[in-house]
This record gives sequence, C-alpha cells and structure tokens, in this order.
Amino acid sequence: MSGEEQFVVSLSVNGTRRPVTVPARRLLSDALRHDLELTGTHVGCEHGVCGACTVLLDGVPVRSCLMFAVQAEHHEVTTVEGLADADGRLHPVQEAFRDCHGLQCGFCTPGFLTTIAAALEDYPPGASISADEAREILGGNLCRCTGYQNIVKAVGRAQEIRTQRAGLSGDEATDRDST
Amino acid sequence: MTTKLFGEPIARREDARLIVGKGRYLDDIGHGALGVAFVRSPHANARILDIDVSAAVEVAGVHAIYSYEDLDGAMAQPLPVLIPHPSLTAPRTGYPLANGSVSHVGEPIVMVVADDRYLAEDAAERIVVDYEFRTPVVGVEAAERADSAVHEDIPDNVAARLVQEFGDVDAALLQAPHTVSFTQTIERSASMPLEGKGVHARWDAVDESLRVYTSTQTSTSVRAAIATKLDLSLDRVEVIAPDVGGGFGVKIVHPWPEELLIPWAAIRLGREVKWAEDRREHFVSSAHERGQLQRITAGYDDEGRLLALDAHILHDHGAYTPYGIVVPIITSTQLLGPYRLANYRCQVDSVYTNTVIVTPYRGAGRPQGCFAMERTMDRVADDLGLDRAAVREINLIRADEFPWDNHLIFQDGRPLIYDSGDYPSMLDKLRDLVGWEGFEARRSAAAADGRWLGIGMALYVEGTGVGPYEGGHVQVLPSGKVLVSTGLTSQGQGHETAFAQIVAEELGVPIEDIEVHTGDTRRFAYAVGTFASRAAVMSGNAVALAARAVREKALRIAAEVLEVDAADLDIVDGVVGVRGDPGAVLPLSSVAVLSNPLRYAFDEASRAATQFARFASDDQPPVADDDEPGLEGRDYYSPVRSTFASGAHAVIVEVDPGTCAVTIEKYAVVHDCGRLINPRIVEGQIHGGVAQGVGGALYEVMAYDETGQLQNASFMDFLMPYVSEVPQRIDIGHQETPSPLNPLGIKGAGEAGVIPGSAAIAAALEDALGIRITSMPLGPSQIYDLIRAAQDGTAEMTLNSARRSQEEST
Repeated sequence: MSGEEQFVVSLSVNGTRRPVTVPARRLLSDALRHDLELTGTHVGCEHGVCGACTVLLDGVPVRSCLMFAVQAEHHEVTTVEGLADADGRLHPVQEAFRDCHGLQCGFCTPGFLTTIAAALEDYPPGASISADEAREILGGNLCRCTGYQNIVKAVGRAQEIRTQRAGLSGDEATDRDST
Repeated sequence: MTTKLFGEPIARREDARLIVGKGRYLDDIGHGALGVAFVRSPHANARILDIDVSAAVEVAGVHAIYSYEDLDGAMAQPLPVLIPHPSLTAPRTGYPLANGSVSHVGEPIVMVVADDRYLAEDAAERIVVDYEFRTPVVGVEAAERADSAVHEDIPDNVAARLVQEFGDVDAALLQAPHTVSFTQTIERSASMPLEGKGVHARWDAVDESLRVYTSTQTSTSVRAAIATKLDLSLDRVEVIAPDVGGGFGVKIVHPWPEELLIPWAAIRLGREVKWAEDRREHFVSSAHERGQLQRITAGYDDEGRLLALDAHILHDHGAYTPYGIVVPIITSTQLLGPYRLANYRCQVDSVYTNTVIVTPYRGAGRPQGCFAMERTMDRVADDLGLDRAAVREINLIRADEFPWDNHLIFQDGRPLIYDSGDYPSMLDKLRDLVGWEGFEARRSAAAADGRWLGIGMALYVEGTGVGPYEGGHVQVLPSGKVLVSTGLTSQGQGHETAFAQIVAEELGVPIEDIEVHTGDTRRFAYAVGTFASRAAVMSGNAVALAARAVREKALRIAAEVLEVDAADLDIVDGVVGVRGDPGAVLPLSSVAVLSNPLRYAFDEASRAATQFARFASDDQPPVADDDEPGLEGRDYYSPVRSTFASGAHAVIVEVDPGTCAVTIEKYAVVHDCGRLINPRIVEGQIHGGVAQGVGGALYEVMAYDETGQLQNASFMDFLMPYVSEVPQRIDIGHQETPSPLNPLGIKGAGEAGVIPGSAAIAAALEDALGIRITSMPLGPSQIYDLIRAAQDGTAEMTLNSARRSQEEST
C-alpha cells in the first residue's frame, strides 16, 4: 500500500452516515463511487465542466469531481440513489425523464436529475416553469445524446408531477375525492 | 393479436434502472481491481531513444510497469488493419505500446499498474522518456506537400487513393453550358461520448478463462481480437459490453491498445485490472473524424441540371489506418445524395498526419459528402439566379425510379442501389415545414430592421443496415418469461425497448414478460456490431425471425396438446388459444414446459413434461429427429445489400451584426427511415443528431497547432453544445417509405440527424451574410473576419447578394 496519510471521514450520504478511509486527495466522486460503491454518480470530465458528477451538498448542486471527500464531512450529500422516496416512489424528475424520453445512454442523466431536483425546490407546486427557465436550470450540464429537447420538456413535466402529487396528498384532495 | 406495439411511442424500458443510478457502466465494475495509467507521447512525431522507469518502481503500490519490450507473441505485432481494401495501398497501424517511435500526441508508450489510478498516475509521472524529434505533419495540405513524412517509408503520406467513377466526367464538363470550381474545408470533430472508453479484465486461473468488460460497440469482435492477440482459445474468452455511456462511432474501433493490454496484464498479474479513460486521454488517444479539403468542379445546364461532378478530396486520416478507408468510401459514395447524375468522379486521397487516428464518428463521412453535394447545389443556384430548392428539385431521383442503381460499390462491398424512397415528396414537406416560400418577405422585413436572417437546406441519402449479418435468439422459459438476445451492443439507442416491441408483436406476448440482452458474448456469440445505423435493421429483423420460429414451434406443440390444427391457433397475451373457442387455451409457459421432455420434475409445472405424464406417441422419440428441446428459436438476418434512408433539413439563422453570434431561429427535419418501430426513440435520435450537427457547424474543432499539439483537449475548450447552443425547437416531419429488402420494412435512423447540419447551416449563413462560405465550422470570430473581409472587398460575395442590392437600389 501507499505511504500516503489516510483520513477517516464520516460521510453522510442519502441520510446514512458511513465512514470511509481516504487520502486527502481522494475526490468526493471517487469516494462515492469506489469506496461507498454508489456508482450512480458518473464522471465525465474530471474538471467540473460536464456536470455528470453533480451531487447535492446540503441540497445545493456541486460537482463531486471538484471536491475532496474529506471536505464533505459535516455535510449532507445526496446522490441520484437518494432521490427516490424511502418506499421507492420515484422523485418527480425521475418519473419525468422516463415519461419524456429525457435520456438515451443515461451516463449524464444522474447529474441532470440531481441538478433539476434541487432547482425544483425553488418553485412551489402549482407554479409553472417556462422553457426558458428550464434551459437556465440545465445550462451547466452536457449531454451528447438527446440534443436536450426532451430534457427541457422533462423539467416542465417534473413540475406537473409535483403539482399533481401535492394536489392529491393534501386534505383538499381528500375533500374532492369524497364529494 | 396482442396489443399493437410495433410503431408505438412507448416509454423506454431501460430507463427504469438508469434513472435511479442502477446503470452498470464500465467504471462501475470491479471496485477491487488494480488501476492503470499510461505514459503517452507528448510529441507528435518522434523516435523513442530511452525509457527510464527507475523512479517509478519506487512508488508504493505499483505492481507492474510495461513497455513494448515486455510484449510477447502477437502482442508485439502491429495492431490489425480491420477493414482491408485494395485502394488502401499503404496501411499502417500502431502497436499496443509504442515500438521505438510515436506518430501522434497521446500514443501509449508505458503502462503502469498500481493499487489504484491515483498511484498509477504518480508512478507514470516519474517515468522519463528520451525522444529524438522529427518534423510533425499537421493538416492535409502539409501532408499533400510531403515536405516531411509521418511514416518514413511512406514519403508521400498517402495511405490510400480511392477513385469512384461512372460516366465520362471530363467530356461532360467540356460540353456543359456552365461550370463552377471551388475548394472548401470541413474541420475535425469527434464522437465525444460522455463516458470515455474503459476496460476491465478478470482471469480465472483455475478455469483458465478470461472475462472482459469493455465500453465497446462490438463485443464479439473484441473477443476475437483478444483471443487472437493473447493466443487464447476463443471459448476461453468472454466479452461483455455493459451499459455504455455513448459511442457515436469511436467505440466501434477495436481492439484499442487498452482492450488488449488490460486483459494481458490481468493474466500476467493474476489480478483484476481496470482502466477507465479520462477526458484528456479521450481527446488525444481515441479517434476523431470529419477533416477534409474538397476541390470540386461541377457542370450544369441552364435549368440547373447537374451534368457532371468531379471531386478531389484530401481526407485527413491521422497517424494510422486501423479502420481502413471506410470514411473515404462513404464520403465518395454518399456524396451523390438523392440526385440523378450521369457523370461522376470522386478521388479521395487519404493522407497521414501526425494527429489522432480518424475513424467513423456518427455520420461517418456522410456529413462531408453532403457538404460537397449540397454546397454544389447552392453554387449552381447562385450562379444561375435560381431558387435553391428548385435546383435541387430538378435533380431529384423520382419516386417511380426505384430501385436506383448508382453504379458504385458501397462500404459493405455491395452495389450502391437505393432500394426505395420519395425524395420529391420529402422536399415538398420540408418547404412547407420551414416556410421556404414566404421567407424572402420575412428576410426583407427583418433586414429593414437591421436584422440578418438567412435560410438554407440540405438533403441526404443514408446507407443504413449494412451487413454482413446479425442474429437473434428468443427463448420462452417455463416461467413464461421471454428472453431475447442479440450480439450487437447498445449505447443508448433503446434496444431493450425496440427489440422487445418487435418480439412482443411477433410472438403475441405482453412486453412486460420480455427481457432483452445485447452485447454479451456469453448469450450470443455471433455478431458484427452497432454502427452505420444498422442495429434496428439487422438485429430488429433477426429477433423478428427468431420470434417467428418460436411462434411456429409453440403453435405446433399446442396443436398437438389441444388436438387442433395449428392454423386455427393464435397467441394473445402469452396464451395460445383456438380462434373462436375461448375454452381451449394453453399458456406459453405450459408450452415451454412441454417443449422440453423431462425425466425429473422440479416443481408442479414440470411434472407435466415428465415421461409418465407427457402426451407422446409410443412410436416416436420424445424429441423428434428434426426438433430440439426447449421453446426457443435462433435466426439470422443477412441483407443482400444496404437499405437507404433519406432526409432533408432546413434551417433559419439570425446573425447578430454586432456580436456575430448565430441564433438558430428554426430547424426543420423531414425524415424517412421506413417503418418506425418506436417514433419516440427515432425522434430522440434525430434530436441528438441535430445537436451534434449544430456543434459541428458552429462550434466544434480539434485545434491542432503546427507541432501537432491539441490545444483544446478539454471540455472547457472543445465547445460541445450545451442546451443554450441547440435549437429551442426541432420540427420533425416523418415520411415512411418501407424498405423492400427486409421483413420489417425498416431503415436505420441513428446517424441521420447529424448528416446535413454543416451543409444546411453553411447555406443559411451564406444566405444571411451574402458572403461565400467555404469553411466550416463557423463561429462568431470567423463570421467577424468574413464581415471585415467583405467590407475590405477581399471576401467573395454571392451573386445573389449582388442581385439583392441591385433590387434594393432600383
């Protein structure tokens, strides 16, 4: 083994605290993928341009290839594996990508999903997201397959799903159902 | 029949795992594997004098360091020339690790294996290589001048001289009422999938077998290459393409040095070994495409009928020719497009340069051919003062003229015969879709506001579904699950969905019961690969034929059991039944059980197939002479020649006079790929192709300097389109002209979207600026230079712009 100094870091990923032993230079992307074996996060360029490795750090999108694993301690990391509910119900953006054919090879997809999931939080259910706003949200992620057409559509669809879910889960929906 | 599925825009089945992070791409496999880094040449043309690894072996965690001297047997031989051709008279390939010299920046010289990639890179940095520099050859014109050579024993730098010809071009040009001659260039770009290449290998010393995962477009052929190069029996090697993060052509090349070296090292070290390419490696050691210089002379009559075309093309082949001259062949044949032409000559000189190899990137020579022909059409129209669409129209092959024989040989070694199409109707649809007729008024109105609008169009014909063959296997398990397998690979084309749609419809089973596997030599060992828009045509038809065989067998068995005529049976929702008799039914799962006569029962269902339970004649063997156990079928589709899809794109651009920024205001596509299996997937393919076409037309170049250094080898500097660079909308019109060549009537769709991008956008920019466009891509800086040149009087203006000025002044 190498003589590099190792650090024990407690990473909180998708709500679970997990210790990893890594050298200081180990990228967060590598720690997630190879130490925690959460391989949903992909690495496309290793210098923060493509966005495939985007994860949420305390709910905010960051490039996990531009961070060291040791820097992620004391933060809550969310990866694509953590977007769905605990009971397996897909996040609206995941459902929307499937509905809209928003992915082809799927390699860049986790970065888009995490980015969009965070952006949706800025819009209350019921609020609409215009195509221009969608393009703004997606502006920092590269996709080589889809030409982005259906990804833009998926942003709007995700918001529709959020709205529907909000409408159906509240008291108002129950009242409507009973009448 | 079961619910109609062929032709339906159903959601993709592969998405279920990909949207939750459960895809399995190359670097997701083998967390315990040793990591690999390469020392790659920093020089474009050099002799290697010495390699000093002494400092590297000191690095903790290093397991092995290999250079050419360590390679043995066939590994020490040059890499194969995959596609030999009589015109490829001076082929040249590299070695898995450089043998005494390097011919491009990025060529692998030393391989380091360590505990992980970090440590391997630490060690690689400490390796010192001494070089003797030679003069690099960069660019096709330098290669043509041949002041220096890429390979010392090929002093003219010419790898191949391909001539495609029919009619008498020289005589026809002499007699033509009008001629035009011009030179134009198209830049290098690259496939640039978001996932780079990667290889993982595991050697089982007890079993003496090798399992290799590789991010490839052809697992069967990688398998053959590994077996050959590593001197292993083919049955000891299995190769699997896992989920592949995009290919676009670059991953059809094989065996990449790493595809041989990783398994070779895994065997020597007795350890799992993995290499995942990083982005810079991908830029400098994978493959590029497109770069050509085209010298064109065309002869035509007063109405714009093309009488003769003479094209001399310099094709930049990079440092080696592992994939033969497929790109030049495609350019020189597909250049013809949807047009009738009596006299044609195309000479492609494929020249070596000290740059990364040039092999197919989506479109594979077609965008260049389309650029040559479509820009010729624009020249003819401009010269004669005719409408550009009208000039195209008068030259189109008519709908009643198929099959149309072009009297050339295509990339599959077969005659270039267009099987079907309706090009005039396609052009009509395009004009309507883009608003061609009303555009002059729009342009004038915009011009009055100081806005520069332009419109352009480009048509193409695309040979798809090239042979030699693909196969399909369909098996109904006793559980009722239907396994479908084909050997070619998937890189995002939705094969798991499209092939399932075909089998569901052919067999009459719910799509939920179907599971599709691709690119795994354990499941299907005979295949060619995924390229040339061939997967749907080839494997689509193969799985359809296999499903038909299974259906026939299921009906035969069910007919015996139900004691009816097989002709009275149908399969609906996975149940065989007698038409008109709802009582007489047998689920396919039961047929599967009965298809395999058993001695041993493992469960209640399988009891029905045991020897004391099964219906059978005492006079017949349990498995008839011409039968096999199991409800499964295997078949192959091998076409006599390619099937030809077609399409037409039109684009409206606006150029900002102040910033020279280009905005695509409208992008219209009419597309004909025969019968559509899944329109949603086809549209997705078109969207992606158009985005790559826009990238190639406006942004993407491989910026080599004169020393052969790639100056923009990162996503920061190589400008792939983000969402902000693609058209906000792509209007698509489908036309379905079935292919008469295959059972399903389908044609390929994968590459179509990218082909006419540069030609159509060049035409639109020329129309907007009134300045002749002879080089693509064209970014704001180049447009600024053109405008300045026009102001200085040094740019060539179109005749049409002069006509417009005249109209305005009168």
